[in-house]
Amino acid sequence: MPPSVVFLTLAILATVGFLMGRRRAVGLASGPGALHSLPGYYGYYVAVWCGIPALLLAVVWLTAQGPIVRALVEAAHPALFASRSVSEASLVWSDLFNLISGVKAAGTASQDLLGAATQYSNLLSISHAALAVIALALAIAGMAYARGRISPTMRARNAVERFLMWALLACSIVAVLTTLGIVLSLLFEAMRFFGKYPLLDFIFGTEWSPQTAIRSDQAGSSGSFGFLPLLYGTMMITVIAMIIAVPVGLMSAIYMADYATPRIRSIAKPALEVLAGIPSVVYGFFAALTVAPAIRNMGQSLGLDVAGESALAAGLVMGIMIVPYVSSLADDVIHAVPQSLRHGAYGLGSTKSETIRQVVLPAALPGIVAAVMLAVSRAIGETMIVAMAAGLAAGDFDFNPLKAVTTITVQIATLLVGDQEFDSPKTLSVFALGLVLFCVTLTLNFIALRVVRKYREKYD
Amino acid sequence: MTDLVDRRTGAHTSDDAAKRLAKRYASERNFRAFGMGAVLFALAALLLLLYTIISDGYKAFVTTNVTVTAQISPELADPGGKREVNDLRRGDYINIARQAIRADLPEVTARQDLRELYGLLSDGASVMIRDRVLRDPSLIGQSITLKVPVSSDVDMFNKGKIVESDIAGGNARVTPKQLGYYKQLQEKGLISTDFNTWFLSSGDSRQPELAGVWGSMVGSILTLAITLALAFPLGVASAVYLEEFAPKNKWTDLIEVNINNLAAVPSIVFGLLGLAVFLQFFGLPRSAPLAGGVVLALMSLPIIIIASRAALRAVPPSIRQAAMGLGASRIQVVTHHVLPLAMPGILTGTILSLAHALGETAPLLMIGMVAFIVDTPHSVTDAATVLPVQIYLWADSPERGFVEKTSAAIMVLLAFLLAMNAVAIFLRKKFERKW
Repeated sequence: MPPSVVFLTLAILATVGFLMGRRRAVGLASGPGALHSLPGYYGYYVAVWCGIPALLLAVVWLTAQGPIVRALVEAAHPALFASRSVSEASLVWSDLFNLISGVKAAGTASQDLLGAATQYSNLLSISHAALAVIALALAIAGMAYARGRISPTMRARNAVERFLMWALLACSIVAVLTTLGIVLSLLFEAMRFFGKYPLLDFIFGTEWSPQTAIRSDQAGSSGSFGFLPLLYGTMMITVIAMIIAVPVGLMSAIYMADYATPRIRSIAKPALEVLAGIPSVVYGFFAALTVAPAIRNMGQSLGLDVAGESALAAGLVMGIMIVPYVSSLADDVIHAVPQSLRHGAYGLGSTKSETIRQVVLPAALPGIVAAVMLAVSRAIGETMIVAMAAGLAAGDFDFNPLKAVTTITVQIATLLVGDQEFDSPKTLSVFALGLVLFCVTLTLNFIALRVVRKYREKYD
Repeated sequence: MTDLVDRRTGAHTSDDAAKRLAKRYASERNFRAFGMGAVLFALAALLLLLYTIISDGYKAFVTTNVTVTAQISPELADPGGKREVNDLRRGDYINIARQAIRADLPEVTARQDLRELYGLLSDGASVMIRDRVLRDPSLIGQSITLKVPVSSDVDMFNKGKIVESDIAGGNARVTPKQLGYYKQLQEKGLISTDFNTWFLSSGDSRQPELAGVWGSMVGSILTLAITLALAFPLGVASAVYLEEFAPKNKWTDLIEVNINNLAAVPSIVFGLLGLAVFLQFFGLPRSAPLAGGVVLALMSLPIIIIASRAALRAVPPSIRQAAMGLGASRIQVVTHHVLPLAMPGILTGTILSLAHALGETAPLLMIGMVAFIVDTPHSVTDAATVLPVQIYLWADSPERGFVEKTSAAIMVLLAFLLAMNAVAIFLRKKFERKW
């Protein structure tokens, strides 16, 4: 019985349990008001007891079965798996899966592999059968227990609501678990990387060339993972993006808040929202195909040497992408400045722009700084534009926006794609980069969100 | 009063004062123009972006076909002679297609020239003939007239994206001789430009003229289905708990801070999480919509929670108090009254976050959804790719024909996003209520 059928059967059993519980409650009731709860709650009570324990068991079982079955097969076939590295073992496994799924013809496989594949399928079907029996038995036992407990004085509603409350709490913990998962997985893999490559060399190294030797006798390709060139490239593109996004975003927010007629606003606001809704891969395509060649041609006509994948092109397009983000954040901040401050300034005879520059903006400054920080964190974490329009090789530290640079996210996206093995410094370095990225953006966000909140309280 | 002050100091009537005022007004106008410029810049960028995409891409929805009459000879199509599907599949349809185009231009006879003539046809030609025969084996022995696609660079020439000087200069994968054949075919009226059903109904291909978005569209739909199934219940439940039931203590604060920060974590980090936890640890299949959907669900979860909480907060307390007053329990207040009232807002937020997830590429690269996949996925564990990743893959392809395919795929993606946003706006407009 495959797991999907088990889940389906559980759902049906729970429904049956619901109907059964409700009927029994109605049957037990001697008259109106004789039951503690509405009959439906007795039904839910039985359904919960029937479905939830079995469901949890099935989920845990299915999570655990893969590693256990694999360990059993590996132990039973030392010829195939013993004294092999992790990556070699994973190759054997993918061979085995191909064999099972029929991609690889059985005639081409070795006897050992055939045996392992048969054992794997057998163990898996035994596990599924055992799961089906145990889960369904548990479901029926739960149903019987809950049905037996039904009596007119039983507080079914309270029990169901208590369960619901726990379920809600569990759901809201998923977000925390996600953060925990991110932190732990990044930390764990990054630690493995730093076990192979010294931490200080990573932080202060000025050379990034992650190509490691495939064979151990290959010369001169041990790979160096100096983080600084990536930091430089990331900062370069972020600064260019901010030079575009901050003035344009801020000014359009100001214009729309204080100057624009409702007609203009009704056109410009949706347009900015469209700009915000366009996926970054589209911006990446635009940068690589339209903006970068245009900048290159323009540079050549001016006699400048422009790289095909210049930092300027990527930064420019990223700036455009972030404009709506800055403008919507700035809009919130500007609206939070109390109207009385503006009226005061107008009363003293200031023009609109003087009011904005000398009263509104200083009052909104902390919020604007926070908005810029959020925008910076967004630019640092943006992947697709730079993956498509920025370079792969690390640039020189000469602050020339016309040259190609590479960024943290580009390296993450290119080093890991299509890679299966998980024990070379090259792939593990990605997690170290991910950790850096996560820490930097988290810090920026954390400070910015605190500033925004504090600031909002001040004027509320 | 002011008159008095003015007469005594002249501060507001002198020439200096007039100059100062003019300067202030000028700076006011400049500021205003600057603001206007910022808005116009953003609008211009949007228009330029859309213009480039559409002008590049709209032609991918048509394709250049050549009309051929193919003789389905039994010895080529059915070597086994038993009309069995597996035998028919192995027939030599490439030869049939070649003979068909030869019949269009019988004057070409030299071996070299014939090879060039065959090069006009796309590899899809033989596939199309095969599909026709497989659908209807009774065609064997007869001749059928059908339109088959030409090779990509000929298509590009027909659409004006390659000009004759490119071909003469050897900058295209069409030879001048092939161009001559193409023109002869055109004179005979055998070349036509038709709606490209292939693009919307097939999977990826190495040949630009045969590449389609259907496979990645199905992949996107399957992935989003998983995302919706996970993120919506989890998100709404979390929002309900945090907004309606959670005690105000430091644990709740921690969850809140955590959710706000999670919403701003770069999407590629979620991809790393998916790789390390779901693929390596739990052993979910690589490249599958299942893993992609789970990753995107975790990514959209905080956005859905934040939107749902805002929707719940917008329900006035009087509703809750009224329900409480009638004896409803706290859970009943929420499930019978607050949640239904907040549902339009929650759905709007969910659709918007799904639209965001639909356009997301980076985390899916991490879990291997970048593979070259021709087949349309049938289940959530099949290898698949999604629309934005398809765009990324095609954008990287060097063939000229892929540029318009990429733009067209972007148009399809934007159409989906537009539709989802339209639904969200419709929901908001239809069910929005002011309390």
